[in-house]
Amino acid sequence: MIGSQPVSPRPIGGRHRLRRMIYRPEFGALLAALVVYGFFAWGTRGNGFVTLNGTASWMNSTAELGILAVPVALLLIGGEFDLSIGAMVGMTSIILAAGTTHYELPIGISILIAVLVGAAVGLINGFTTVKTGLPSFIVTLGMMMAILGTSLGLARTLVGSPIVSLNTEGFFESLFASRWRQFNVSILWWFAVAALATWVLARTRTGNWILATGGDTQAAREAGVPTDRVKIGLFVAVSLGAVLVGVIQALEFNSGDVSRGTAFIFNTIIASVIGGVLLRGGYGSAVGAVLGATTFGVVSVGIFYTGWETDWAQLFLGVLLFAAVLANSFFRKLALSR
Amino acid sequence: MTEHQASEHVHEVLPPILELQSITKRFDNVLALHDVSMQINPGEVHCLLGDNGAGKSTLIKIFSGVHQQTSGNMCLEGASISFANPREARDRGIATVHQGTGVLPLMSVARNFFVGSEPTRGKGVLRRMDMAEARRVSLEQIQALGIRRVEDADQLVGTLSGGERQALAISRALYFGARVLILDEPTAALGVREAQTVLKLIRRVRHRGVAVVLVTHNAYHALAVGDRFTILIHGEAADSFVQGERTREEVLNLMAGGEELEDLQLELEEIDAEFTPSA
Ligand SMILES: Nc1ncnc2c1ncn2[C@@H]1O[C@H](COP(=O)(O)OP(=O)(O)OP(=O)(O)O)[C@@H](O)[C@H]1O
Ligand SMILES: [Mg+2]
Repeated sequence: MIGSQPVSPRPIGGRHRLRRMIYRPEFGALLAALVVYGFFAWGTRGNGFVTLNGTASWMNSTAELGILAVPVALLLIGGEFDLSIGAMVGMTSIILAAGTTHYELPIGISILIAVLVGAAVGLINGFTTVKTGLPSFIVTLGMMMAILGTSLGLARTLVGSPIVSLNTEGFFESLFASRWRQFNVSILWWFAVAALATWVLARTRTGNWILATGGDTQAAREAGVPTDRVKIGLFVAVSLGAVLVGVIQALEFNSGDVSRGTAFIFNTIIASVIGGVLLRGGYGSAVGAVLGATTFGVVSVGIFYTGWETDWAQLFLGVLLFAAVLANSFFRKLALSR
Repeated sequence: MTEHQASEHVHEVLPPILELQSITKRFDNVLALHDVSMQINPGEVHCLLGDNGAGKSTLIKIFSGVHQQTSGNMCLEGASISFANPREARDRGIATVHQGTGVLPLMSVARNFFVGSEPTRGKGVLRRMDMAEARRVSLEQIQALGIRRVEDADQLVGTLSGGERQALAISRALYFGARVLILDEPTAALGVREAQTVLKLIRRVRHRGVAVVLVTHNAYHALAVGDRFTILIHGEAADSFVQGERTREEVLNLMAGGEELEDLQLELEEIDAEFTPSA
């Protein structure tokens, strides 16, 4: 290289390491998760929240949110929204239920069909957003309506009701819906998805492209990042995440339900934002989404153990979201001002 | 000064790397450039001066493949050439750093440096970004431009000053093979100290034998680092000269379109007169 002088990297001491941790996007989320868990563990002591069963209960509820929150976080970091995931969760469960009961297809084939439909939905979302330049908020809102309408129509014509039951056993049942004590296998899926997303975002060049695309699409494109491909890929990943959750829920509840996934639309975004993902893109981490989902799960399940009216959970989550956003923006400013 | 003259002597023998011959550019009804000729030499800073709307941006956009000329000829190392898009220009070693510098404030120095051209290691599914290499090279390249305060490659670029961001953008362009570096108003948004940092950067780049095209409104900055100057007025090359041939006053007057500075003085006096209480 030209004019290269030896560069001595800064020595990394203990204090330096601590500072670096504070500057990470998920630091606020780590604090939030610890504080909230401590709050409920202490506030409900004696009620079984910290027992094995209590832990299984919040982890199960967190896992399904987390499986979807992780790809949603990547999509947000890439600068886009997807409101159609909830409908995709519902449609997946309908495809599985109708496929196995009405058409008597093997469950494996039904799952394959759901995966193909999910990939197609992601591709359409991605292509439409990228090619028209419309906000993905609008594009995926339209997609959400389209999917809801289709699954409702399918369920009604085929079975005559928006809820379709299904029954499976064997390999796929244990793959997606088995348990160890009270712990669902979905927890393992959640960890696997989180590990994969962390690897991609933090370690691969695709991860660098996602951060750059969300940070400044124009600048990223000028630097040679295939921003369209990045965004389309993220839409497909999110949609496949929705299919995975749909499959898990269908096999767990032994039914398909058109409107089952609705809560995921905003809860995944809330989990991501609590987790330190910047809503306008370009900043955040997969670990943050994991911590955000954990916080969310601990609150929504922990509230049962307090013995309070569960209606308060919403208020609690609202305040928490607000506090987390303030904390995250504080830590981000700190990272930008050293 | 002796160093300057010595290097100038060397430049005389090098052929121009880029040459414009009678370039005209028309947008519908607007004649943005008319019959402009200029030469860009390696190891020289060529300043492009002119008022708003004079055609500076249009000219560098022809260099960098954003626009194509309506008529006239462009030569790269003596061979006639035309770039269909910015990518082609970049592949031939012509890099542009815009005022926004195209850096990403919420990403680290190392990640920014390699955006779009990440070094990787490992194969197949284990193929990953070589972060150690990215950290090492980015610091080395930025520090080689004299910016020693950047010493942590994991630092977010949002924490860098304006001059340091320019250094990042410029060192990145050079590392990826730029032979012609086009800087569009690099000092415009900067304070005095930061502007000086950028001028020093430009001088270092020049000593590496890179051809620099510096677009600026600021005659002081131009005269401080420029070797050769072209002044555009209403799309025409009104004057072109080398370092030392024009005084600061002459340059300022030329940029303002000749007599206008003196006119301004008269008009200001008229305004003062309006506000003087008359008996
Ligand atoms: N894409 C375009 N379409 C039509 N007219 C254009 C276009 N680009 C530039 N022009 C016109 O060409 C002329 C020269 O513009 P240009 O941007 O090159 O000026 P400039 O010297 O860069 O000015 P400034 O100092 O304000 O950046 C102006 O009259 C401008 O309106
Ligand atoms: Mg301009």
